[in-house]
Amino acid sequence: MSEQTQTTSLRGLWASLKRNPMAVAGLFMVLFTVLLALFAPLLAPYNPKESVRVTVDDIYAAPSSAHWLGTDDAGKDVFSNLIYGTRVSLTVGFFAAFISLAIGGTIGLVAGFVGGRVENLLMRFTDVILVIPDLPLIMVLVALTKPSLVNIIIVIGILGWTGTARLVRSQTLSVKERKFVLRARSIGAGNFYLIRRHIFPSVFPLMMVNTVLVISLAILEESSLAFIGLGDPTTLSWGQMLNFAFTRGGMSSGAWWALISPGFAIVWVVLGLTLLGQGLEQVFNPRLEWHHLSKAKRMVRRIITRSVESDKEEAS
Amino acid sequence: MRGYRYLLNKIAWACLTVLFVIVLNFFLFRILPGDPARAGIRDPRMTVQAQEAIRVRFGLDKPVINCFESLNPLRLGKCGVNPLDTQFFIYIRNLFRGELGFSYHTNRPVVDMIGERLWNTILLTGPAQILSIVLGMGLGLLAAWKAHTAIDYASLIGSLVAWSVPTFWLGILLLFWGSSKLGLPIGGKMTAGATYASTAEQWLDVLRHMLLPTITFTIVYMGEYMLYMRSAVLEVLAEDYTLTAKAKGLKTSRILRVHALPNALLPMVTIIALNLGFIVSGAIFIETVFSWPGLGLAVYEALNRRDYPMLQGLFLLLALSVVLANLVAELLYSVLDPRIKTG
Repeated sequence: MSEQTQTTSLRGLWASLKRNPMAVAGLFMVLFTVLLALFAPLLAPYNPKESVRVTVDDIYAAPSSAHWLGTDDAGKDVFSNLIYGTRVSLTVGFFAAFISLAIGGTIGLVAGFVGGRVENLLMRFTDVILVIPDLPLIMVLVALTKPSLVNIIIVIGILGWTGTARLVRSQTLSVKERKFVLRARSIGAGNFYLIRRHIFPSVFPLMMVNTVLVISLAILEESSLAFIGLGDPTTLSWGQMLNFAFTRGGMSSGAWWALISPGFAIVWVVLGLTLLGQGLEQVFNPRLEWHHLSKAKRMVRRIITRSVESDKEEAS
Repeated sequence: MRGYRYLLNKIAWACLTVLFVIVLNFFLFRILPGDPARAGIRDPRMTVQAQEAIRVRFGLDKPVINCFESLNPLRLGKCGVNPLDTQFFIYIRNLFRGELGFSYHTNRPVVDMIGERLWNTILLTGPAQILSIVLGMGLGLLAAWKAHTAIDYASLIGSLVAWSVPTFWLGILLLFWGSSKLGLPIGGKMTAGATYASTAEQWLDVLRHMLLPTITFTIVYMGEYMLYMRSAVLEVLAEDYTLTAKAKGLKTSRILRVHALPNALLPMVTIIALNLGFIVSGAIFIETVFSWPGLGLAVYEALNRRDYPMLQGLFLLLALSVVLANLVAELLYSVLDPRIKTG
């Protein structure tokens, strides 16, 4: 077993995360997006839901002082649509990830804790679901049901839990055999108590890290769905903005502002979440960063600091 | 004998998954709200007789499934019918005959329509996969070797960005730039209505059409391969045998070539094999953006036309290719790494 550094407190987490500039950048990218979503009505110059009187000149109008990022096929302000689009993306990402987390977490916990035949059955089921190509199945399901935001969230959520289930299971397995759990059990702690007080708290941080990555995937999937024409027709998401610009003459009228900006927004959020998720993963589950062909001194220093750290941990 | 049992076990599981996919594929299109009969026959001007004729043509007049009274307390399905005369049985029987039904849109066999499109997708994705594998792995090796230098960080950030970029958006950007600045074609496989003096000229035209989608594909997959390769090589280079090799005084290039590359290839083979199964899913967006007449565009068209038999056939193919790729990955891994067999 490799040594595991448990970073439980929020301050400790920040201290570890701070050392990873890419993760910090990711954190700020995500925070910025959340702020945009929260204060969208204050920040956006126009309200996308408001109907506007449009003349021919307003359609795909180039960026100007009135419309910073120009207008779209309906003469609406692209910049405002973009800001309101953060709400759609974050809503889908958050709720879909929550569903995935609930399903995957439960399956993983039960499989890891109960073990035996139940574990075998649950993990085989997970493997089967894992093999089925997500995106086409999501597309088929959304096309067959009504493409509303709720349906999209549910469909993405109930198909995105496999990774979480595997992760939670393996973490549960390793925690289950730890001494403190065995001791608690030996003095008569029940299964439910063990899960609630010991297993779940140790698995939870890893689940949270995983959630960040699941959110980014859900956002990408929602944009893809909307681009292919399976978005909720009543809300304007970034994918849908791209779909409209692409299928309604944005290319031929050279409206680069309508084609480029929604994609930038998607990349911004997904990249932010990915960087943050990878940084957090590095904190909870440190991987190798130095090797024998890198500068020798650093490798040695790394080994020394590591052993010092583990000594400290043992002492505490 | 243990290896033999491992093999059989894996194949058995793949077969079970295929069975699951087949059953799912059938019920998905019948239980969910979008009724295929009503979706296909939407025209209000159609007479009742004509609608009935279409139902018969697509086998939609038959009951979906027999209820099997004794086995099924909920009485799902229709009771008192010949189980061999249900849509489910006919679907399974036709599958064994290699038939996937008729497209609602073109009224042609789905198998033929898929067959026409299959080669186009392979033509587009094959070279792109090879390019992205070679470039991604090369970059990953370089990044791992030069870990924590500017090269490493640049390629790491580049790969993460490539990973975050929606495929269709990258395609749109390249299309926008390529068609306006470089005069490349805006879509399709060949110039419409063109006549060619020779086969070479025709291929040149196809290549011109292929260029942008291939670049898009390569960039998208390259990032992923680079990230995996980097972590695989990092792991190998931290092994004790790398230190031994270095202590023996081997040149860095030789350590990378003889020790790092072959050992890092092991996990890469699995990832590549797994990815092959997902190619068509990825192709949906690129082919849609570039109007490339492959399977991905077929998925898009079938979705928009609510052409359920076509969609069903395509989904079956997509799922089967992933199952198969999974099996190949596992078998390859056990061949390449003898330690796995005991697991």
